[in-house]
Amino acid sequence: MAHSHINEEYVSDSSSDFTEYWIDLFLGIKGNEYFCDIDEDYIRDRFNLTGLNQEISKLPTLIDIITDIIEIEKQPEDQRSTLEHNARVLYGLIHARYILTTRGLNKMFEKYRNGDFGYCPRVHCHLYPLLPMGLHDQPRISSVKLYCAKCEDLYNPKSGRHSVVDGAYFGTSFPAMFYQNFPQAIPVRTKDMYVPRVFGFKLHNYSKLSRWRELQRRKVEKRLLNAKPEGSRGGKIYVSSDKNDENAVNQDP
Amino acid sequence: MSSDPEEGYIPWIQQFCELFGHDYFVPVSQDFIEDDFNLTGLSSQVPFYREALYTILDYEVETNPTSDDAGGGGQKNQKNELPSKTILAHSAEMLYGLIHARYILTKPGLTAMASKFERNEFGSCPRFLCDGMHMIPVGATDVPGQETVRLYCPCCNDTYLPSSSRYLNIDGAFFGTSFPGLLIKMFPEIENQCAKRISRVDSSRLGLRLFGFRINELSESGPRMKWLRAYPKTEEEKEEFEQCELGIPNVLDESDGMYNSDSDMVEPDDDDDDDRTMASEGV
Repeated sequence: MAHSHINEEYVSDSSSDFTEYWIDLFLGIKGNEYFCDIDEDYIRDRFNLTGLNQEISKLPTLIDIITDIIEIEKQPEDQRSTLEHNARVLYGLIHARYILTTRGLNKMFEKYRNGDFGYCPRVHCHLYPLLPMGLHDQPRISSVKLYCAKCEDLYNPKSGRHSVVDGAYFGTSFPAMFYQNFPQAIPVRTKDMYVPRVFGFKLHNYSKLSRWRELQRRKVEKRLLNAKPEGSRGGKIYVSSDKNDENAVNQDP
Repeated sequence: MSSDPEEGYIPWIQQFCELFGHDYFVPVSQDFIEDDFNLTGLSSQVPFYREALYTILDYEVETNPTSDDAGGGGQKNQKNELPSKTILAHSAEMLYGLIHARYILTKPGLTAMASKFERNEFGSCPRFLCDGMHMIPVGATDVPGQETVRLYCPCCNDTYLPSSSRYLNIDGAFFGTSFPGLLIKMFPEIENQCAKRISRVDSSRLGLRLFGFRINELSESGPRMKWLRAYPKTEEEKEEFEQCELGIPNVLDESDGMYNSDSDMVEPDDDDDDDRTMASEGV
């Protein structure tokens, strides 16, 4: 990040001895581990912020705060906490847009590879990395959820500090865009299913349901193979960790 | 491991259940352990079985039976044979775990575990749509030393890893594979809770979207796993579900138009879980 006002760091009269960039401070806050840093050029380009002034007032001031052009300490004291709060909301909303761009996607891919968003808790997903996702694109409706591409399901964040992060800061489109851009990250799905057993015998109702689900799965597989006979990568759409279970759900003990 | 009888005597079982990370365990009643019938077959699975058993029951072990290096459970005998003390502690934990797996299948055990379940001591399902359903500990196998404990969610019918790493050294065999199934059969209320949650889910909202548009199934990043959480909703799906009574019907070799014949009334019915008693029509 190029800062024209780098000298100001040393003459600042703020309470701390050193001044950090607002974005770095924001990313360092506990609970903000899911965010990536946004290029300053992206924030300064007004086109990228189209429509955000409907969500938040004093947009120009907030942009200046985020990009360290003005310091929040120089603002009237009674407004500081509101400004700081709104700056965070604005950063989140810009973040939702930024992570759909090529550069944002690449940054998020790096975080995904590091497992910054956590891993799928489902046993059959074998700790597949998750992606953050919102259920709504409007802020203040729902908190962030985590998407697993292996089971295609949504999970609540493990830690309480993440369950208060607004989902709109990631947006509803992010995982779809992510896997469109990085098809190499799409996992081969597993056909493993859990069926409760009592003394080795599968419970009938559950077993029937899992047979029906297996049937649905085979239908999908058949449709896909009819459309693209070479199948997915490696010629397989689904794999099973159990080698000899070709009809595992089918046979009752 | 065995407590000193003189000062602040805490029974071994209580001590064990209060250890860090052992909060999934319930205390097994003394009577259950003392009944030899309940322990059938365990003596071949656990080394130093008799000493381990006495440790659990807080007996002083005065006899020194067959094996030459097992010094019994008493503190004094143990001091000069430190390695066997750790082995004995390990055996006692393993034996207790295996007894625990049997105990929680009995009526008092199920009741004790059910109240833990009720208090959400095993954690809630991490899956968003399960809406905090309480989970039940389960083992992947009944053989000790193979897999750690997992949590079964009766709502999505799937197993999850415990959210805290403190449970990563708890053996799954100490809970066993049969426990969740029996608990659900014993307390049908659990199934009602799940049915409520399932009926609330609006399946049309599921699946990834890009700017509001669903991704086509034929796309490489398209949906592949909808079946995993699916429930039969439409009439034809329910008919198909009934055909799955005893096996997977072999419908895939025939044309896909097989089902859209006589049932034109596709009514969105939500409480799909209750019609399992519906008389099977096909086959």
